[in-house]
Amino acid sequence: MTDALTQPPRVGAGAGATTGGSVASVREPDAVSGAVSSVPVPTDVVFELRDLAVYYGDVAAVEGVDLDVPARRITALIGPSGCGKSTLLRCLNRMNDLVDGARVTGRLAYYGLDLYDPRVDPVEVRRRIGMVFQKPNPFPKSIYDNIAFGPRVNGVRRNLDDIVEKALTDAALWDEVKDKLRSSAFALSGGQQQRLCIARCLAVEPDVILMDEPCSALDPIATSRIEDLMVELRERYTIVIVTHNMQQAARVSDYTAFITTDVRDGGSRVGHLVEFDATEKLFTNPSDPRTEGYITGRFG
Amino acid sequence: MGTVALDGARPRKRFLNTGFLVVLWLCLAIGVVSLIVLLVYVFVQGAPAFGPRLWRRFPSFDPAEAGARSAVFGTIYTVALTAAFAVPLGVGAAVYLEEFADRDHWWSRLIALNIQNLAGVPSIVYGILGLAFIARGPLGLGPVILTGGMILALLVLPMVIIASREAIRAVPPSIRDGAMALGATKWQTTWRQVLPAAVPGIATGIILALSRAIGEAAPLIMIGAFVYVPFMPTGLDSKFTVLPIQIFDWVARPQAGFSQLAAAASMLLLLILLGMNAIAITLRNRYRHRW
Repeated sequence: MTDALTQPPRVGAGAGATTGGSVASVREPDAVSGAVSSVPVPTDVVFELRDLAVYYGDVAAVEGVDLDVPARRITALIGPSGCGKSTLLRCLNRMNDLVDGARVTGRLAYYGLDLYDPRVDPVEVRRRIGMVFQKPNPFPKSIYDNIAFGPRVNGVRRNLDDIVEKALTDAALWDEVKDKLRSSAFALSGGQQQRLCIARCLAVEPDVILMDEPCSALDPIATSRIEDLMVELRERYTIVIVTHNMQQAARVSDYTAFITTDVRDGGSRVGHLVEFDATEKLFTNPSDPRTEGYITGRFG
Repeated sequence: MGTVALDGARPRKRFLNTGFLVVLWLCLAIGVVSLIVLLVYVFVQGAPAFGPRLWRRFPSFDPAEAGARSAVFGTIYTVALTAAFAVPLGVGAAVYLEEFADRDHWWSRLIALNIQNLAGVPSIVYGILGLAFIARGPLGLGPVILTGGMILALLVLPMVIIASREAIRAVPPSIRDGAMALGATKWQTTWRQVLPAAVPGIATGIILALSRAIGEAAPLIMIGAFVYVPFMPTGLDSKFTVLPIQIFDWVARPQAGFSQLAAAASMLLLLILLGMNAIAITLRNRYRHRW
């Protein structure tokens, strides 16, 4: 827990009392399964979304999302293509700021702090809330420099070797690359590149890791290694993953949000949250017929 | 078997096909042949006079004694100055236009359009500008090497901007996203990721732009660069000449010795240009990224 100092207070699994301001009650995922309930209230809320909507220009991409993302759990966002799940994910670390015309309304709180408050520095937000992208995107530099870039831009000059080794070890990549840290990151396989991107993200000691379909460009073996890694990282990080692979959501996540698209009057398509629940419950006993339709493969 | 006929087009069609191909070959041949003729002519003419004396001796009224030392070094200094002005300005403008400006705003599009038009402005026009504003007028520097460097920098600036913009645009957005997602500022992302990744393309563009500057005579004659300079450039305020002007001067003289010298100096200029283009191509090939 060397990173505890740099991060907001949090409560471990089953710890009972909470420090988060918006927590109503404590309920573990295991206790929830089988019980008929609405949105489960987890131990500690990292992100609190209330009536969140994202617009590109005048067009709404996703609307009316109410969601509590629990700390140190894996939360999966699933739904058909184009439903706005990636858009929603990119709100959480303000990556949507980089898209021309993107606009967010509603409340998005991070440990009770409004992320879209004008006083919030998006650069600082992104340092705490890391992101792994759909396609591995290593920098055109050496493996070492890929990892060291994040600490360097955040002003870290000392112990870079240790930081790089720790990040690569945590991302289960160290043994494969320790002898070629100075060679180009492009020399790695796709799966290794994606783990490098995860390591790069870990090196800045984030609090949350957002993953946007991290395995969609990978083969099944590389995918299963990333999934194993996610389960390990769950001990220390809050992970939000967008996936179009329902098996993946069922395998790795603790909570799942199902998002789908509504066709509005005039033919515009807007994404909205249908159901959010413990993964086991959502997949075995969904409370919304649309969720059931999607997970049983009837549409999407 | 007899029902399938695969024996091809009718004779008329085949004739048209061949004819079209011949026309295309001719188009290519005219370009290539004239280039070869030019090169061979220059090399045959210039070979006897080509030698170290071109860059060791100063110009003289005796063709047997004359060299182009002042022009060779004048060219090197002028182009170095051109690069010193055009590279930071051009790359800076390109970075602003690609990374910071709102690309769809009418104002940005107007600027981009203007830069493209500027790249096509005849060099003599830049010469007039230089004469009016730099050699004389507000700056009044006179026909010195600094003026030459500034004028050539203005001339190639649009080319540098366009090439740099293309190189920067070719850096995939995923690199920027990756850097920003790690908490890098816009400036850190641009300076530490985007620019280094774009350097091969930018360098190629710069070299090609500078090789255009090396071949220019018109704007420098316009500002009053000297033709007969029997001394080395000593500083930014030194009178100077460049190879194209020296060649132009020698060609205009009646003695046969000078036309040989002109061809030899052309050889030298061509060799410098070919060398620079070779560097550009090598850079492009060696550092070509696979994203």
